[in-house]
Amino acid sequence: MTEIIMSQTPPILHGPSEKERKYDRQLRLWAASGQAALESANILLVNSGAGTVGAETLKNLVLPGIGRFAIYDEAQVSEADLGVNFFLDDGGLGRARAQSLTELILELNPDVQGTWYPNEGVKTLDSLLAGSPVFTVIMYTHPIRPEQLSQLEAYGQQHKTPLVAIHSAGFYSYFQINLPGAFPIVDTHPDETAMTDLRLLTPWPELVAFAEELTKDIDGLDNYEHGHLPYVVILLHYLKQWKVAHDGKYPTTFKEKTELRKIVQGAARTNNPEGGEENFEEAAAAVVKTVVRPSLPSGLKEVFEYEHTDPVEQKSGFWLIADAVKEFYEKHQCLPLPGNLPDMKAQSKVYIQLQGIYKAKARKDAAEILQIVQAAPGGEHVDPAEVDLFCKNAAFVKLINATGGGASGSGVKISRADRLKSAADQEFANDETAALSLSPLSLLPIYLALQATAHVDVDVDHRHQPSSTGTGGLDADSILAAVAQQVPGAEKHERVVQAAREVARAAGGELHNVAALTGGMVAQETIKIVTKQYIPVDNTCVYDGIGGRCQVLRL
Amino acid sequence: MASAEVYPASEPARWTYLDRIRTRPGPFTNPDMFSGEAVAAAMETMKILVIGAGGLGCELLKNLALSGFKDIHVIDMDTIDISNLNRQFLFRQADVGKSKADVAARFVEKRVKGVKITPHNCRIQDFDEDFYMQFQLVVCGLDSIEARRWINATLVNMVDEDVEDSYKPLIDGGTEGFKGQARVIFPTVTSCIECQLDMHAPRAAVPLCTLASIPRQPEHCIEWAHVIAWDQEKPFPQLDKDDPEHITWLYQKALLRAREFNIPGVTYSLTQGVVKNIIPAIAATNSVIAAACCNEALKIASNCAPFLGLPEENYMMYSGNDSVYTYTFKHEKKDDCPVCGQLARDLPVEASWTLSELVDSFAARPEAQLKKPSVRAEGKTLYMQSPPSLEAQTRPNLDKTLVELGLEDGQEIGVTDPAFATVVFKFRLRFKQ
Ligand SMILES: [Zn+2]
Repeated sequence: MTEIIMSQTPPILHGPSEKERKYDRQLRLWAASGQAALESANILLVNSGAGTVGAETLKNLVLPGIGRFAIYDEAQVSEADLGVNFFLDDGGLGRARAQSLTELILELNPDVQGTWYPNEGVKTLDSLLAGSPVFTVIMYTHPIRPEQLSQLEAYGQQHKTPLVAIHSAGFYSYFQINLPGAFPIVDTHPDETAMTDLRLLTPWPELVAFAEELTKDIDGLDNYEHGHLPYVVILLHYLKQWKVAHDGKYPTTFKEKTELRKIVQGAARTNNPEGGEENFEEAAAAVVKTVVRPSLPSGLKEVFEYEHTDPVEQKSGFWLIADAVKEFYEKHQCLPLPGNLPDMKAQSKVYIQLQGIYKAKARKDAAEILQIVQAAPGGEHVDPAEVDLFCKNAAFVKLINATGGGASGSGVKISRADRLKSAADQEFANDETAALSLSPLSLLPIYLALQATAHVDVDVDHRHQPSSTGTGGLDADSILAAVAQQVPGAEKHERVVQAAREVARAAGGELHNVAALTGGMVAQETIKIVTKQYIPVDNTCVYDGIGGRCQVLRL
Repeated sequence: MASAEVYPASEPARWTYLDRIRTRPGPFTNPDMFSGEAVAAAMETMKILVIGAGGLGCELLKNLALSGFKDIHVIDMDTIDISNLNRQFLFRQADVGKSKADVAARFVEKRVKGVKITPHNCRIQDFDEDFYMQFQLVVCGLDSIEARRWINATLVNMVDEDVEDSYKPLIDGGTEGFKGQARVIFPTVTSCIECQLDMHAPRAAVPLCTLASIPRQPEHCIEWAHVIAWDQEKPFPQLDKDDPEHITWLYQKALLRAREFNIPGVTYSLTQGVVKNIIPAIAATNSVIAAACCNEALKIASNCAPFLGLPEENYMMYSGNDSVYTYTFKHEKKDDCPVCGQLARDLPVEASWTLSELVDSFAARPEAQLKKPSVRAEGKTLYMQSPPSLEAQTRPNLDKTLVELGLEDGQEIGVTDPAFATVVFKFRLRFKQ
């Protein structure tokens, strides 16, 4: 066990650095690796419409220390902006909105760089895109001019830059993530309880020997030792007995597992001062969840089945490791062991020994996979730490956007239109039975109504004198007519009609709360994409500020 | 419907977008409760209270100021710490050490013209019912469950059926990492914070014997340093969890203990996290939850759209770890809620327990979570935590069993706790067979 001591970092006698103190609450979520990714990210916001949701999103990215941002916004600060956007003030009235936003958002974090456009030197979105270092993520808010959208989509395609479309009006909003290709995530942060993988039905020789040593004279153990056998050891002992009594077969059905649980419960000593044994209680409680055959989780199965033919993908460490893990799985019929051991009642020394056995096996599996990786072409460049991380998280690795690439050319656009139609059919059909299944009604009507106003030509000059009777945006009938063009028949659904009327009520104006809420969600998603941690939305999230809920749809 | 007239606020151009929504009915607006003409003026005279000027509180103040509220009060007794700056966006490096309530109020007043924000740099318990009576709405952004329970109990107690003004809707938000929740409470009418207490169960404490003799996790070593070593050695007169020197002392103690048992993983950051019970927090999640709360506040204040709380859904759960997921549902009011219910709540106990065991059990029960309980039964005082004279007088009872004290199965007991000065928690003893 000395190697554990060796691997422990020496005590740091000085406290955390200034930066670690400032970012402490977030480092606990995405660690130094996530922070480094954020700090090297370069974000572009193409802001239009009422302009609040973009500012709120950026605020939530500047605070945790994104590297740099650029704002492209053609509007001038108007009186109406000041009633909805916190990052504009009276002093900015009539000035370039991009400049005011940039200045007030930069105040939030001196570590962040920010620039604004159009300016004297760079007057168009096109020239901004052509003359800037590559953007990590681009966000744009609706309504956007079609030619600008095409420029952004072309850029995203060329540079493999994820695009996030955001639309917030009145009580409604949605955002849509457009990833440039399949997007794998290794560090998905599953719940700790879900990560327990003890291999009780496929124990390896070291684990078997350890358990047998502790239980060879189980009835002769004194009460203290018996009451401190780790539950893993208890279960291995009674599983061995079970096998002997059942023709070498392990319990598989729920009924058999219930029987095993009873055996374990019955084996606890009750003639001791406590009148029972906590470790046997833990063992009994763990039967159903831990006495399981290794299986291939659906997320990883999707990774194994994905054909990565793209040359960029071919070279990526992720796919080299995924191929190696697949080979490992085909050979051993199980995944590499993650190696973590949950806490359980046990003596310190015994627990640490058992923990060491799990860790050693995990290291051995990872080493085997590293060997496969290194034997593959290009594999010599793969960082062993990346292999370790993959092995630790293998069961929870996830592939986002496996079936669809980004928007490119008219071919994909047609298929996206079809996808929207079939999603609409599905959602309307679900709604027919929603009352019976007690499930919430679809929020697709909100998406349809908002989307109908997403490409309205932005009349920048008009924004100087917003009319209090609200002529910006479309009326409900025009919205429904636009919906009918996208999804014929949808305009007849009562809930689509209501959504259209609600969208018309806002007339393109934002409510601050809905913009702030949406900006929070988009910032979370951007952080997930940039850090490659946690699992991003695939691909559209619709928010209903009247019902107070969200729905994620793949559109 | 969308062509209905807009009734603008006092500075019409500035509030164009808000006025379109709050003064014009939409397809979901209840016409019986809505008067577009009256909304803007009514909201300008409404008094709203924000509790907490931290991660959620900064967002709440910004959101309410931009939702048309003009008279906002904020209570927070904390001062600004450097670890707040990654999300509490109203504060700057130069503000470290100053009052959160003061700095936040001044910033929002300066940025949003025409809003008045009154800061209170003190504890919520420093105010009485008269103070809370002046508000029409209370919005909470707190990280402490105790404070939430206190304000909840206070607002429930203030309800007088004959006085419409005595019903103060309470909107409460909370976050942890990428997750959070927003809920709306109409005191005595809908499920309250106390009704929902078991949804926020405290983390199970590690048994003392594990800390003392068989540690296995780095957390066990840290808790040992915190609970046992500190008391034995008293390196400083009083533990200050914000003093890096104190945390460093605990860290080094924990590290030595970990070495003794070969336990890996004790770090300074983990030590700080365990000792201060740090909850990870980011700007993005606070933004989501605070906005969800203020969106309900705007709807309640204006009736321009249906709000959470009445009659159905009153609780929105949000999770952003794996995609985005919300679950918005109705949490049912509990008849045996100690704060808003009429009935005593069943309390499973062993007849053989001593009173001391009963008293200690209240802290860990998810449905009670009382740390300093005093117990009465049928008007008889069984145990009082204070004043010291009464404590000494009732202390001998602690060693007696429930049966010896004459308590029976089905008997009602009353429990009070200094954290909830006015509330008597009613429980009914249920002897386990
Ligand atoms: Zn209640």
